[in-house]
Amino acid sequence: MRKEHAINKYSQKKMYRVNGYTGGHVLKSPYARGQAYQKLGQLEEIDVWDTKGDTEKGYTSTKWEFLRLLFKSKGALFGSIIILLFILVAILAPYIAPYSYDEVDLPNMLQPPSSSYPLGTDELGRDIFSRIIYGARVSLKVSMFSVGISLIIGVVLGAIAGYFGGVVDYIISGLTDIVWSFPVTLLAIAFVATLGPSLTNLILALALTGWTGFTRLVRGEFLAIREKEFIMAAKALGIPNGKIVFRHMIPNSLAPIIVLATMELPKAIIVESSLSFLGLGAQPPTPSWGSIMSAGRSYIMEAPWIFLFPGLVIGILVLAVNLFGDALRDTLDPKLRN
Amino acid sequence: MTQYIIKKLLLMIPLLIGLTLIVFLILHLAPGDPVDLMVGPNVTPEVYENVRNKLGLDKPLYVQYFTFLKNVLRGDLGTSILKNVPVKDLIAERFPITLKLGVLSLLVSFAIAIPIGIQAAKYRNTPVDYLSMTFALVGISIPTFGFGLTLLYIFAYKLRWFPVSGHDTLLHLVLPVFTVGLTDAAVTARMVRSSMLEVMGEDYIRTARSKGLSEKVVMNKHALKNALISVITLLGMRMGWILGGSAILETVFSIPGLGRLMVDGIFSRDYPVVQGSMLVLGVSVLVGNLIADILYALVDPRIKY
Repeated sequence: MRKEHAINKYSQKKMYRVNGYTGGHVLKSPYARGQAYQKLGQLEEIDVWDTKGDTEKGYTSTKWEFLRLLFKSKGALFGSIIILLFILVAILAPYIAPYSYDEVDLPNMLQPPSSSYPLGTDELGRDIFSRIIYGARVSLKVSMFSVGISLIIGVVLGAIAGYFGGVVDYIISGLTDIVWSFPVTLLAIAFVATLGPSLTNLILALALTGWTGFTRLVRGEFLAIREKEFIMAAKALGIPNGKIVFRHMIPNSLAPIIVLATMELPKAIIVESSLSFLGLGAQPPTPSWGSIMSAGRSYIMEAPWIFLFPGLVIGILVLAVNLFGDALRDTLDPKLRN
Repeated sequence: MTQYIIKKLLLMIPLLIGLTLIVFLILHLAPGDPVDLMVGPNVTPEVYENVRNKLGLDKPLYVQYFTFLKNVLRGDLGTSILKNVPVKDLIAERFPITLKLGVLSLLVSFAIAIPIGIQAAKYRNTPVDYLSMTFALVGISIPTFGFGLTLLYIFAYKLRWFPVSGHDTLLHLVLPVFTVGLTDAAVTARMVRSSMLEVMGEDYIRTARSKGLSEKVVMNKHALKNALISVITLLGMRMGWILGGSAILETVFSIPGLGRLMVDGIFSRDYPVVQGSMLVLGVSVLVGNLIADILYALVDPRIKY
């Protein structure tokens, strides 16, 4: 129910983006130009009529304008700085971390935060600070890869369903509804149970469960654009299906896809840490924030810093991505902005 | 109305087939030979064949699937490899705990989220709204288990207000229920707010206002009632999420629930247990959604298809 509303909102703003089409390849041949102008001539009307409100509110016409609007929001600014910081930390982990993530130092186990161990040590005397730094790699890798694969699966399936319709749509939509009906955590646990616990399998599990949102979104978008004049024009000109989908339909749906991907990232980060907490993700000694906290569960009384700091770090990163995602949605979807 | 419910019931069939297929395949796609897992590597080929036949593993996959379905429908979920007791009994022992926790958490979550979401929408773009949505944003950013561990540390270990683990009395349940209730309330509050805002933008609200009705009547009689209708569908969805994540909560608070049974099963490679608990959790998610759909139809007279 909710999802459909969101899709409607997105599809309403389609019309003015059709403008960007005038630079498309249809106009390259003289014949096509005539054809397209004929079609686009009608479109111009709809365009002007439909975009007026949005352009007045400052709808983004250029990249710079878009970035200016996006970073006017403090959430986006704060969010992106934090995200960049985490990415830097993940890349530079070996240079920043004072210790290696698996450097066992038994005499110094369960040490509280001190000058030599900024965030304390765990039950094997490993430095929590260093393990959190290396954990950023796991968290970012798993979330980005899994959302990336989800996006590809979801966009391809949604595009096929929305573009071709009919039986194909029926089958894909049915499959999507089935997967959609189950909570991601439960499905991901099922996949990990099948494939065996490991980081790669966790990425696969998250990817194989997270695509439904993209499929639903892209299918809805495509159903809305499919009957539009510029697509009809492209079809009439005999442009192959693949080209229509990739050159015209996907670029037109890109904004909501990007927003959804940004919204899926924090979910993936949380599910990754939750499954690692259960022991179904990163396997020792690879440090994941979730698995560090799992050890923290056992030593909660003696060494609360073990669960506390990774927990805080997860919270900060997820908050940052959420803030950025909200700002991105507000900027890309002017309808929601006022 | 009846037609709508029948349609919803029929839609359960493909969902149940999908679920049973996933659950069935866990055993068959899992690495390692299931027979080896059950009897161990040091047995004579005769014993091996015997077990293999008994499990029906020599038959084609689709025959095995139908046997599996038939057994499930008869309530036979197999026997635990590790404990050698019927999986059904293990589940019967643990599912009530998980369900109790889930329902209580859901109640707490909605009791917090509905007022917050409504106030935030009512006083949109005021400090009330900003404060509630900041609460919600922080809430959705904290992983449940991190929040649970923090509550456990503060209230059970430091202040000693609540027991550290267990599930017998109401006092045991306070921390786990609030862990899920509060984090889930954040998600729900955001949704309640947006559904309230959506209703407030409807024509009938404008009509009510232009009729000269007081803002209070417009809000409480016209907007609120309609907004709550879509909140009902949320109930099913959130229940699914809570049950789906039960393994995590039960690990934090050492509660012997169904989620924990499932995860323990994964580690000991006790596949019948994993299959059984996953099936029951999955079916309860679906039933939760179905109940919400039916409630929705009962409350909203517009649904007649």
